[in-house]
Amino acid sequence: MNAPVKPSKLIKGATGDWEIVIGLEVHAQVTSNAKLFSGASTAFGGDPNSHVSLVDAAMPGMLPVINEECVRQAVRTGLGLNAQINLRSVFDRKNYFYPDLPQGYQISQYKSPIVGEGEVVIDLADGESVAVGIERLHLEQDAGKSVHDQHADMSAIDLNRSGVALMEIVSRPDMRSADQAKAYVTKLRSILRYLGTCDGDMEKGNLRADVNVSVRRPGEAFGTRCEIKNVNSIRFIGQAIDYEARRQIEIIEDGGSIDQETRLFDPDRGETRSMRSKEEAHDYRYFPDPDLLPLEFPQAFVDALKADLPELPDQKKARFIADLGLTPYDAAVLVSEHESANFYEAVLTGLANAGRDGKLAANWVINELFGRLNKESRDIATSPVSSAQLAAIVDLIGEGTISGKIAKELFEIVWTEGGDPRELVETRGMKQVTDMGAIEKAVDDIVAANPDKVAQARAKPQMIGWFVGQVMKASGGKANPQAVNDLLKAKLGL
Amino acid sequence: MTDLTSLTLAEARDGLAKKSFTSLDLTDAHLAAMEQARALNAYVLETPDQARKMARAADARIAKGESGPLNGLPLGIKDLFATEGTRTTACSRILGDFKPPYESTVTSQLWRDGAVMLGKLNNDEFAMGSSNETSCFGPVVNPWRRASSDAKLVPGGSSGGSASAVAASLCLGATATDTGGSIRQPAAFTGTVGIKPTYGRCSRWGIVAFASSLDQAGPIARTVRDAAILMRSMAGHDPKDTTSVDRPVPDYEAAVGKSVKGMKIGIPKEYRLDGMPAEIEKLWTQGADWLKAAGAELVEVSLPHTKYALPAYYIVAPAEASSNLARYDGVRYGARVDGRNIAEMYENTRAKGFGAEVRRRVMIGTYVLSAGYYDAYYLRAQKVRTLIKKDFEDCYAAGVDAILTPATPSAAFGIGEKTGADPIEMYLNDIFTVTVNMAGLPGIAVPAGKDAQGLPLGLQLIGRPFDEETLVSLGEVIEQAAGRFTPERWW
Repeated sequence: MNAPVKPSKLIKGATGDWEIVIGLEVHAQVTSNAKLFSGASTAFGGDPNSHVSLVDAAMPGMLPVINEECVRQAVRTGLGLNAQINLRSVFDRKNYFYPDLPQGYQISQYKSPIVGEGEVVIDLADGESVAVGIERLHLEQDAGKSVHDQHADMSAIDLNRSGVALMEIVSRPDMRSADQAKAYVTKLRSILRYLGTCDGDMEKGNLRADVNVSVRRPGEAFGTRCEIKNVNSIRFIGQAIDYEARRQIEIIEDGGSIDQETRLFDPDRGETRSMRSKEEAHDYRYFPDPDLLPLEFPQAFVDALKADLPELPDQKKARFIADLGLTPYDAAVLVSEHESANFYEAVLTGLANAGRDGKLAANWVINELFGRLNKESRDIATSPVSSAQLAAIVDLIGEGTISGKIAKELFEIVWTEGGDPRELVETRGMKQVTDMGAIEKAVDDIVAANPDKVAQARAKPQMIGWFVGQVMKASGGKANPQAVNDLLKAKLGL
Repeated sequence: MTDLTSLTLAEARDGLAKKSFTSLDLTDAHLAAMEQARALNAYVLETPDQARKMARAADARIAKGESGPLNGLPLGIKDLFATEGTRTTACSRILGDFKPPYESTVTSQLWRDGAVMLGKLNNDEFAMGSSNETSCFGPVVNPWRRASSDAKLVPGGSSGGSASAVAASLCLGATATDTGGSIRQPAAFTGTVGIKPTYGRCSRWGIVAFASSLDQAGPIARTVRDAAILMRSMAGHDPKDTTSVDRPVPDYEAAVGKSVKGMKIGIPKEYRLDGMPAEIEKLWTQGADWLKAAGAELVEVSLPHTKYALPAYYIVAPAEASSNLARYDGVRYGARVDGRNIAEMYENTRAKGFGAEVRRRVMIGTYVLSAGYYDAYYLRAQKVRTLIKKDFEDCYAAGVDAILTPATPSAAFGIGEKTGADPIEMYLNDIFTVTVNMAGLPGIAVPAGKDAQGLPLGLQLIGRPFDEETLVSLGEVIEQAAGRFTPERWW
């Protein structure tokens, strides 16, 4: 990858410009009821060691049996990443000793992963789109958890996570800034959540990333990379990359060189620290797991899963633009979170005329609803205004019953007090007056009462604004402004 | 009552059916024989209370007319099989006092069919050995002795306890496992019959793993028929072992006495080793003659990659073992030797918990899988394995029904005779048997004669995949011609 990079992506060092090169290995916990090779539960938060089968505890003579649901989820994810699905893949053993790894090896896929090359397109705030290559996706077991704070000189082990299925999604080193990396993880997370193959809960560690960072002079070969392990928030990924790139640039500019090593990110100090160097790196002695036959399935298995795939963010965005006339930006905002898209689509379903008011509904969801939710730090799941209520408000605007201004008042009432918007409009007299007789009477009254202004207006047509204001005031804001304007022009002979 | 132990398993079964004696009688007779035979060190754990309880239950089933195929028949279980609530150690210190909360699939099928467990049988530590001298419980003694010598001989291994117990009539039959010859070699050394089934025929679930792609459970018994009866209960598909194969289990006993007329028997020229003892050569020819007399056709065949089998085996098996044995780390169960930190605890536990041969194989296995050596060793050995398999496939494709070879290059040797500095001397015991494991094929060892010292010698028959029935038919022909081999009691 030596494609020219936009100058804006480069960072300045003391001796000139540098380019950051980023590749990510994302570990996503597969959504399934049972672990990858045992029937034990994957539920979060059970008592320590309460979700552990004989297989997970690596008792003598225990054998792994592949969980088909995890295979389906991996294939679905591969399809969602527009990736090659490998009809034959192989499970290997990755051998190392650690107390939270009961078997003394992790079952993973080394040479033959279940999913091959794919692509994720990310959209950035500046309107740029970047295609990030996916190198592979493979299935592997998670390890257990070591707990070091229970006893002065002993550690405790919780094997609840041991054997839970993970998808490791490896990107190409195609990202050139922390923002791109953050956008990539955001997009990946969104795709996984649309697919229902990973809940994307980074706080629980169900989605986490190993971040590979190196720097180079633009156009030169890749530099030596450092791997920052297990970063578990999108914000931290950005911070870790920025810190690590700066650190590497300083070392090189000071005449030093980068050691290939594994580092960890300390969010409290906002820095990365060395975990182990290449010399200390494990020799994992990978070899095919003789307890498991190669994983093989027919193309028909893949086709059936493909036929059942839900609409993914990119497709949904394209549909919103094409069918409803949304701007690409609005469409992107709506599809970025599955819940937001679902809410918007529920509003659409509630509309009397979605073709006419879909775009208006998007504005209301994004500007009024999201704006208000953000202000109060709430998420869509706890919105006080339901999709049906919002649809009713948009309907009332679209059919001309209320003006946009009144609609904002109505939204405020629904937000704080609740209630059926249509009823509220009736009971609180918020209806826009479109009765031409009533408007004409108000116009006539104002014109008759202000002969001097009438004379002025005839000389100076801008004066019509004063008359419109007077009529609107007299109607309590409920008169249709366009109708008032038209009538006044006729009466004043403008 | 001691003569009840001299019955074959089939005779005991028929006696129970005719109510000539009870399962409790049969079981007590064996428990008494075990007590008198402790010098053989065949059992590492006797379970008399459980045996009697199971025998009484079997007798109750007979009274109700609900007998299964093995109802009331007392058996010995190799200590590699997990037995629920009963200590299971693989004869390694590292498992300490481990009592599994589960029962292996193979043994649970034996109990399903009504069998009685007498106890756990000695074996080489983690089934690594060919003489049963690597067990943490000490060596097993072969009930056979050389003419006019009191020297203690090995029963072979790793299923030495199973072979010794069966030969000395300390059970009617025994479970065993075979990774490179661990059923067939001890059977040959003790004048008993051992079947190593096709890979995938028996479930490996609940059997302490040595080398997963080679391990297979099978029976050791005093006759071909007895082995066939046990096979039927041990075999079968198990969803908990994805390498076990889902195909119906035949009535192997029905193959006993079936005509072998017209069968084509291959004699592989590569098994005619330089310096092979004349009596082994003679035994082999004799076996061929017996099969010919029964109507089989003898043909010379070639298995050109035979000579690479042993070296390749000693790469593949230790590689898998080094990984399979990683779980014995002192963290969750078994023995633990503390250290100042986790790495030291691992080192202390594994140094103390594993015996010398197991440590050697873990080190060999770790080495051959290491970065930079993987391609030269492990990968190449796997390629050799494919070629060995193809050798056999070509033979069978040419119409050969089974292959006849010697089971071992010699008769039983003395305890301590081959435990010197060079482990290869011991490994050479498996020269005729490892090919079968490498190819995943079934093999049977049948006693066929004696050497000059009066020690039993065995022949091996190798079959097509899942054609254990043909081996049973052919094995029985040799058994009929050679007669039965029973050691003279000295213990």
